[in-house]
Amino acid sequence: MQNTWEGKNSMNEIIFKILLIIGILFNLFGCIGLVRLPDVYNRLQSATKCVTLGTCSILLSLLFHFGFTEIGIKAIVAIPLLFFGATVAAHALVKGSYLFGVKLGDQSVIDEYKDEAEKSSEDKKKMNKK
Amino acid sequence: MRYLVLFILCMIIWILLTFSLELNNIIVGAVVSVLTSVIFGRYFIKNTSKFFQPKRYFWFIIYLIIFLWECLKANFDVAYRVLHPAMPIRPGIVKVKLNLRSVTARMMLANSITMTPGTLSVDLKDDILYVHWIYVSTTDPEIYGLKVAGRFEKYIKRIFD
Repeated sequence: MQNTWEGKNSMNEIIFKILLIIGILFNLFGCIGLVRLPDVYNRLQSATKCVTLGTCSILLSLLFHFGFTEIGIKAIVAIPLLFFGATVAAHALVKGSYLFGVKLGDQSVIDEYKDEAEKSSEDKKKMNKK
Repeated sequence: MRYLVLFILCMIIWILLTFSLELNNIIVGAVVSVLTSVIFGRYFIKNTSKFFQPKRYFWFIIYLIIFLWECLKANFDVAYRVLHPAMPIRPGIVKVKLNLRSVTARMMLANSITMTPGTLSVDLKDDILYVHWIYVSTTDPEIYGLKVAGRFEKYIKRIFD
């Protein structure tokens, strides 16, 4: 495959490198947050936001490196899939861990979900008895 | 009608992913798309006439720009909280009331909230959204309803509702 973008157009190469470095840095921040933050919910915050943007940035940098060829288009198509996958997975993990009984961390200020969660877990018990 | 729209969407994604216009490739894609639209068509958007209103696409582009900006801000915000030695967090779960009616609009708003600074949607019961917030700045329900959902609600209402 002849690639007219690569090498000749140095502007795209610079953008490719900058986006790649930004992506790797944000992935790193996400992982540091995963270690440092206190409980499951805060950890998921850093895991969804930083890691999603970091990976999207790496995929976007691929578009600049390869141009509108097979690989570049595939990288672009992967971005919305990754976005919806990450958000829905975070939602499912948070809801699942709350209903399973993982407590909020000590620093937490407010919890308005408690009543609703108790109600829905009672409903589930009733369903199981039936 | 909704089956047809879903079929066309699947076909476009298939062609973009495989990136070839050979006959056997297109036949495989068509078979897979028909299967997908037959199985999942009933979960798809009910009112498909929304797809043919150009106004919605216009608002979608504006929404996309604002969303990308908020997403970048979210990342710097989380990076700041993670790297700061004292870790300035005040987490909590708050209740936000939504003014949107259609299911797709609520889904998109919940996804957008997950990607914006410091918020993560936990559960959606009818029109109340439970949001985990990494820094609860006020305890007044009206103010944090505006802070969490107000940025996107008007755009999403114009696009999906």
